[in-house]
Amino acid sequence: MSNTAVMSAPASTGKTKSKDRPKMSALRKKKIAVNAFISFVRFILLFGLCFMIIQPILNKISVSFMTEGDLYDPVVINIPAHFTTANYQLSAKLMSYKLAFKNSMITSLTIGLLQVAVCTLVGYGFARYDFPLKKFWFGCVLLMIIIPPQIMSTSLYLHFKFFDFCGLAKLITGNTINLRGSVLPYYLLSAGCMGLKNGLYIYLIRQFFRNIPKELEEAAYVDGAGTLKTFIIIMLPDAKPILVSCFLFSFVWQWTDGFYSRMFLGNLKLVSTSLSSIADDLSTYIASQTGVQTTVSVAYSNCILSTGTLMIILPLIFLYLFAQKGFVESLSSTGIKM
Amino acid sequence: MKKKLNGKVSGLEKRRAVTGYLFISPFIIGFLLFMVKPMIQSLYMSFCEVQVGAGSFEMVRNGISNYKYAFRVDPDYSRLLLEGFGRMIVYSLAIMVFAFFVSLILNQEFHGRAFVRAIFFLPVILSSGVILGLETDNSVIAQMHATVEESMTNVSVTAVLEDILRTAGIGTRAYETVFELIDNIYDIALASGIQIIVFLSGLQTIPKSMYEAASIEGCTSWESLWKVTFPMVSSIFLVNWVYTIVDFCMRTDNEVMTKITDTMVDQLNYGLSSAMAWCYFVLTIVFLAISSFLISRRVYYYE
Repeated sequence: MSNTAVMSAPASTGKTKSKDRPKMSALRKKKIAVNAFISFVRFILLFGLCFMIIQPILNKISVSFMTEGDLYDPVVINIPAHFTTANYQLSAKLMSYKLAFKNSMITSLTIGLLQVAVCTLVGYGFARYDFPLKKFWFGCVLLMIIIPPQIMSTSLYLHFKFFDFCGLAKLITGNTINLRGSVLPYYLLSAGCMGLKNGLYIYLIRQFFRNIPKELEEAAYVDGAGTLKTFIIIMLPDAKPILVSCFLFSFVWQWTDGFYSRMFLGNLKLVSTSLSSIADDLSTYIASQTGVQTTVSVAYSNCILSTGTLMIILPLIFLYLFAQKGFVESLSSTGIKM
Repeated sequence: MKKKLNGKVSGLEKRRAVTGYLFISPFIIGFLLFMVKPMIQSLYMSFCEVQVGAGSFEMVRNGISNYKYAFRVDPDYSRLLLEGFGRMIVYSLAIMVFAFFVSLILNQEFHGRAFVRAIFFLPVILSSGVILGLETDNSVIAQMHATVEESMTNVSVTAVLEDILRTAGIGTRAYETVFELIDNIYDIALASGIQIIVFLSGLQTIPKSMYEAASIEGCTSWESLWKVTFPMVSSIFLVNWVYTIVDFCMRTDNEVMTKITDTMVDQLNYGLSSAMAWCYFVLTIVFLAISSFLISRRVYYYE
């Protein structure tokens, strides 16, 4: 298509516009038609794909307002006949939503901040300093991204169950400390860059710091700023976009994470862990209400599950709406290379 | 660098090296304490029988009997491993193709591009962690819908097409794989959020002048896709391939991983679960190494 545009351009310059128009129109019409066709096909395709991604959420929303009777009614498909918010009340009760929400909020915020802080230090070190064995250590970072955490889960589980720092605890109290059941293990893991997807954050942050011109740093040194001052005053403000997006990712992934939460955050009630057990909670709750051991119907427990899922992702959707740029733009601007 | 080889490092360089080590020290400590040590321990554990008592645990060496048990006695493990690998290969390929295709479309100029991008990136946030595992439960409802639709004698175009292709008798298994992928396009779209973003970032680094040069030389858009775009983002393919495979291994609905966790948490058989995890890990790493080597030979580096 661009060929025709190039060819027709010199032809139009020689003549006046009014004369030229009838001749041009055939080519231009064809071009417009082809473009319109492409746009149309693209629209259909994208509309279908977008609908496919969003449809489950819409479906969940409509199901969450239905009464149990509506679920079995073959006439009711999308719009509930008996509008109700009872599902939300029940889900909130089953998940102990307020407590879980508060816990999750505190945990995700603190963990996210800690992880980003530590990963920034490490990423900066890798990007800006030369030291022996640098390639080896960076290889270790890549290895960390690749190795699934599940492989060490057995050992880490026992490690924290019988925690002992260099045999210190045994010396003092004569016994190992059981950290299982407390939140400390995960904070320790995060402080050591071993949290959820921390290798990825290190990689991204390093990539970003490498693109900052060296002159900036040198100018700071010449002006008499020390290492730490340069890092905090010159480098950190520049890296704000990538730090924000790493924090957002860390927050969101921590919010929905089930694996680390179950293994290393003890018995803390979190939204993610309470959601995964909501179906069992429902059957015990109904059994305790009616006094009869009954199995809950698949449709109803699915309805409660959808409601619970919605309640969990609602904060995330709000976050995404306001900070969409932080998620998408800065990640695509780092220029990921291998 | 030459100075380092001589064994003499100037004062400033030395100081900078020390500062560098200070910066990455959290990582080194964490890596040694929470990665290397547990790795070695779990490798050792896979050759042992672990007995957990009050206040401590004991490990008794028992050779390779855990591995023998995993492959020869356990009814599910080898089957799950094989199926998991097959699924991983098929799905990773599908995710790569899908992500590349979508990112090509999203890289074009059109109205509402930001909105569409936002939607395609939504799954990264909404279907992570536990939610992904729960999402599969919806298949029950989907089945109910399917049976309702069947009883209403609704004929869909795709179903007819599938039937025709099935009865053709040639390459039925290949068709079945394709049908399965099409049926699960939702899963593929959900899993390819990050890959799309990475591809997009790669596509944006290609200078416009290259396409102009190509079109002046007489390339059609189709040709410049293969001759310009494809080589320029080939290194991104490698990144995405590794990411996809790793992501697949860590998914919550991965059956092999579920099996391993069940063995550990429910049966308290720490030795066996370590052995299973190590087998899976080694196989994945070998596969990853071979496939990345094959891809990296075809990668074109522009700079």
